[in-house]
Amino acid sequence: MKGHGRMLRRKLNLCGAVRDALHSVMSRNEKSILFGQDVAFGGVFRCTEGLQKQFGGKRVFNTPLSEQGIVGFGVGAAAAGFTALAEIQFADYIYPALDQIINEAAKYRYRSGGHCNVGGLTIRAPWGAVGHGGMYHSQSPEAFLTHVPGIHVVIPSGPHDAKGLLISSIENQNPAVFFEPKIMYRLREEMVPYEHYSIPLGKANIVQAGTDVTILAWGQQVHTSLSASSLLKERLDISCEVIDVRSLIPLDLPCLVASVSKTGRLVVVHEAPKTSGFGAELVASISELCWSSLKAPPLRVTGYDTPFPRIHERHYLPHEERVAKTISEYLFQGEL
Amino acid sequence: MVDSLETVETSAVMSHTSGNYPITTHLSIDHCDSVVQAFQTITQDGISIAKYDMDMAVLRKIFETMVRLRAFDETFKVAQRQGRLSFFMESRGEEAAVVASAAALEGNDHIFSQYREHGALLWRGISMEEMAHQCCGTRKDAGKGRQMPVHYGDKTRNFHTVSSPLATQLLHAVGFSYSLKLSQEKNISCCYFGEGAASEGDFHAALNFASTLECPVLFICRNNGWSISTSANEQYRGDGIVSRASGYGIASCRVDGGDARAVYLATRMAREYVSATGLPVLLELLSHRLGDHSTSDDCTRYMPTTLLEQSMKVGDPLFRLKRFLKAHGSQSCQGIDDDDTELFQRGVEEAREAIRRAEKEPPLSPVSLFDDVYDHSTFSLQQQREEFLRLAMP
Repeated sequence: MKGHGRMLRRKLNLCGAVRDALHSVMSRNEKSILFGQDVAFGGVFRCTEGLQKQFGGKRVFNTPLSEQGIVGFGVGAAAAGFTALAEIQFADYIYPALDQIINEAAKYRYRSGGHCNVGGLTIRAPWGAVGHGGMYHSQSPEAFLTHVPGIHVVIPSGPHDAKGLLISSIENQNPAVFFEPKIMYRLREEMVPYEHYSIPLGKANIVQAGTDVTILAWGQQVHTSLSASSLLKERLDISCEVIDVRSLIPLDLPCLVASVSKTGRLVVVHEAPKTSGFGAELVASISELCWSSLKAPPLRVTGYDTPFPRIHERHYLPHEERVAKTISEYLFQGEL
Repeated sequence: MVDSLETVETSAVMSHTSGNYPITTHLSIDHCDSVVQAFQTITQDGISIAKYDMDMAVLRKIFETMVRLRAFDETFKVAQRQGRLSFFMESRGEEAAVVASAAALEGNDHIFSQYREHGALLWRGISMEEMAHQCCGTRKDAGKGRQMPVHYGDKTRNFHTVSSPLATQLLHAVGFSYSLKLSQEKNISCCYFGEGAASEGDFHAALNFASTLECPVLFICRNNGWSISTSANEQYRGDGIVSRASGYGIASCRVDGGDARAVYLATRMAREYVSATGLPVLLELLSHRLGDHSTSDDCTRYMPTTLLEQSMKVGDPLFRLKRFLKAHGSQSCQGIDDDDTELFQRGVEEAREAIRRAEKEPPLSPVSLFDDVYDHSTFSLQQQREEFLRLAMP
């Protein structure tokens, strides 16, 4: 065990960090239940391994195969004051549940005049490109949800943040959707504290400070952006400020605006298709508030406006060369 | 090795992950033609055809609430036609289905409803004025004027806020009841929905979840034969909604929804079953929608006149119950004859007064539209709120 002051940590991958967060929450809160397809044996990504054994079959259980059922059931349990931890097996399959999320969960508090709420509902789903997932195991549907008043949308960029953000999303008294970059389940390891900690929602993280351009990203694209920024520094001495948005709703607009006011250049990187992606929202909201500081048009480097292709995944995704090239050519008229 | 040339009778069983199944060597594609019987204790003419023990004081109270409900509905419908309400939905023809079933629940059973079950709220003691405030969107509406009329919600009476999307509430009732079970509470969830809503995917998911997760939830389907202009024959082809229950492994019963006593007794028994076993039950109450779908509808555009007339003749639950009570000798049934007209008039007066009061009440300040999105305000909402106040529209 590595010691750092009083905070003891150990290396965990994303799957382990998520499991750790769930375990921590369920140990402290008797009125918490975890349910979804295949969660009992540990889940298809093993994020719920050991939880049924620990907390029993009444609190951790499989549901029939129905996303609308899983979320609607969760709404009901949360309405009764329970902490309802719903798992959707892949973000690509969240769509049948959108009516329950958008028309019910998101509006529960508002339509009751504030008397009732389903703040105890948290929906988790594996999200994003994984290398071979194709159209239905790679999607990033956050834009469908960020458009909905009444829910929180959170996407971590690594195991450490995942644990803290998931705990926050759960303990927050508003329904939340927590997307987990599945490529990191095994492949990304970070030092994660043993203790129960939360990272506040609504706070972005400046992963790397810089002066010439602000790159906004979330999930795996934070790392792509960091790689792109190394290329740019090395070859053209361009200094990038890379910010992990992580809390899409509620958005840390002051942080992002401060950064773009400083650098004068904005680039958003995301896997989801370009049109109406969350990048469009960021560009609009930020430009509105720091228009006079902009030295160049804001840009988005994203997945193309096509369904997610399997064999050509690496051409479809915003990889580090495309991000770096876009920045160097469009913003600095320089050749990478 | 020669195949058998004869068809062999067998009592063998094949085993499968999902269970054991008796074998047959007879091939046939079968159509199930059976029709589940409807439980009835008082005929459409108001004649008692079965003896059942029932607290007559409760039945009298059910009748009075049904009369009040009819008075409320007629008055509010007229108010809409006068332009004083933007929209309204009545429950004419379904008073027994809703009031008698609500009467059979405990006060702390949680109700998740569709939109035609405000009779349950009346039973639970809501005032007409409270409902008027919701319909008029005043500052005294619990829902702060955010929804269309008839989208009532009453936390104090365990009545969850109505939402327009159909059948979504079935799943909520299931999840809620699961929580009750874990908390070892004795109360249950009860959800109302129409036969049209039962076509939604959420119906299927809800019954399946309730069954597999063993949830103490009572599903009550008001089959009134119409979903706006879509008749039952265009909505489904099986034996109503009750026949689906067995497909989910759920116990069920079909009831004549116009017979208040039958509705009460069936709901009472169903509730006891749910409470004792912790398992779901589906009740199908056959009722008649004697009015338009809503004030935005004109059923004469799609309902054949003869059908409407016929429904009016046989479908009125007030007439049936009144006749039964008059004929019944008990103490509780005294004065029915004179009572109900007076009761009805008093209900109308109360409803008129409720609207008059609500009309005078202003809505909340417009800036309240920014509240209750979350349990706190976000940066964006704050910005938008400030911009709104700056623009200061009257």
